[in-house]
Amino acid sequence: MTLWEYVGDRWDLILFETAQHASMVAQCVLVAAVLGVLIGVATYRRPQLASLATASSGVLFTVPSLAMLGLLIPALGLGVAPSVTAIVLYALLPIIRNTVVGLQGVDQLVVDAARGIGMSRGRSLTRIELPLAWPVILTGIRVSTQLAMGIGAVAAYVSGPGLGEQIFSGLARLGGANAVNSTLTGTIGVAILALLFDGCFVLLGKLTAPEGPLSRRLTTGGVRG
Amino acid sequence: MADQSTTGVPIELRKVTKAFPGGGEPAVRELDLNIPAGEIVVLVGPSGCGKTTTMRMINRLIEPTSGDIVIDGRSSHDIDPDRLRRNIGYVIQQAGLFPHMTVAANIAQVPRMLGWDRARIAERVDELLTLVGLDPQVYRDTFPRRLSGGQQQRVGVARALAADPPVLLMDEPFGALDPISRERLQDELLGLQDDLAKTIVFVTHDIDEALKIGDHIAIMKAPGHIVQYATPAEILTNPADDYVEQFLGAGSSMRLLRLTKVGDIEVDQVPYTSEDADAAEVLAEIERDGRGYALITDGMRRPLRWVGAEHLQGIEGPVGSAGDPITGTLGHRMTLQDALEALLNADTDVVPVVGRRRAYAGALSLSTVQNAIQAIKTRERERRLHRNEPGAGG
Repeated sequence: MTLWEYVGDRWDLILFETAQHASMVAQCVLVAAVLGVLIGVATYRRPQLASLATASSGVLFTVPSLAMLGLLIPALGLGVAPSVTAIVLYALLPIIRNTVVGLQGVDQLVVDAARGIGMSRGRSLTRIELPLAWPVILTGIRVSTQLAMGIGAVAAYVSGPGLGEQIFSGLARLGGANAVNSTLTGTIGVAILALLFDGCFVLLGKLTAPEGPLSRRLTTGGVRG
Repeated sequence: MADQSTTGVPIELRKVTKAFPGGGEPAVRELDLNIPAGEIVVLVGPSGCGKTTTMRMINRLIEPTSGDIVIDGRSSHDIDPDRLRRNIGYVIQQAGLFPHMTVAANIAQVPRMLGWDRARIAERVDELLTLVGLDPQVYRDTFPRRLSGGQQQRVGVARALAADPPVLLMDEPFGALDPISRERLQDELLGLQDDLAKTIVFVTHDIDEALKIGDHIAIMKAPGHIVQYATPAEILTNPADDYVEQFLGAGSSMRLLRLTKVGDIEVDQVPYTSEDADAAEVLAEIERDGRGYALITDGMRRPLRWVGAEHLQGIEGPVGSAGDPITGTLGHRMTLQDALEALLNADTDVVPVVGRRRAYAGALSLSTVQNAIQAIKTRERERRLHRNEPGAGG
């Protein structure tokens, strides 16, 4: 059976697994983005706290994903819970680091001007600092997404959802019928999904650039300031 | 321009001290400063003398360790800092514009925080852009990155003026500009101030800028105290101590020339008359005056020619076109420095001074300028003696 025939036969299942994979990655990255940006915002003004946050998420990063998933089984069992936890933990590091770097990289003169014309800390953060740090933060989220794609595949090891199932079942039957087809389908599926997501980020980056169309619309008075 | 623009209010610093944690000597030490309403007061001194710290305490970007700052009779301590800052315009080096916002959005920030409606903000933005010499049609929707340094700083000034605050703080606003733009923006600021009459606190390390801009100048010295607080003319003619003298550097007489306008000094009066005047009478007038020449003017009293006794010998009747045409005139708004330059390049020793509508107002020669400078120095010296008599501390 060729790869084409294999895919044709199981089109519905593969499509379902792909959608599951995409949805899992998207949700995990969303959670990681919210958490990561919050942690970054909370720590960027205090260099020691900021390095503590990046260091601890860095330590997590060094744990191999398979080991991490295995370690989570006793606490969270099998299935969705350990998969999502592991993906979010791995996705945090690039986002926290880029949020801190992005916010610290905002021109201090600009922040001083914001404070000097009477913006509160919160207003300066949401109107000035975060929008200016946004391209760097977005890059962090983009890296995290690629990371989550791969780890999402490995999550099938703990019976997690997604295309990892194709890869692992193929590897388990290596030499048997359709083993290679199954593994290939899973791998290529993840790769295509990764490219699609990345394309979305490029588009999003263009739309939300500091001088981009969205920024223009938001600041020229079209929307309540 | 706004019909009823808010004019300046007085600011008083009372024994203000700022000590940074772990910083040994305080950055500012028991500083007293009275800033009159509607004046430009320049804080000037070398880096590290505490001038920027002093300025930033006025809008509480830095909180004083002790002492009080009273703005228009109210202690700034009793006002919420963000609210306080919305009523104090703030201009910094390189403008500090928000790079992700259009020029209009940059200017609109304070009015938005104050809750103005959209139409009023849009109108105000255009008004301010026009005020600082930028065409709203062209610049309203551009981003700051596309502007030159001078244009960015104009937008910075417009942003500071947006809500028409009574007070403006300017921290080395023209420091990063090339000399030509700096000179032009200084002139424009002075022009604006003629109309706006804000209270402006201006920080610079450039003594020439201070002398040009300031109504009063506070010369500061580390650690954080004022060595001399006086008008530019007084500082030039009577530096308080060696430090001030050293800070001024050489050429205080030249600077005095730059500060003084032709109209401020007493110019010479020469005999002048029209072309119809009788030559013999003019000759008699010249002899009576003793200078040996007279000025011929047209019907509007605009200078035309110099005539000397030799030109008039043997002329019967009106003077007519006798004499040498004048080669140039001096305006009464010119600085003495520019006048001196013109005098040095002139063909004659004496150059006529013209006032409104280019009408004759007097004449100037090198020696007149010299005498005028001496007179200013004497006057300042006498004023100082007079003031010191009651025993007031300097």
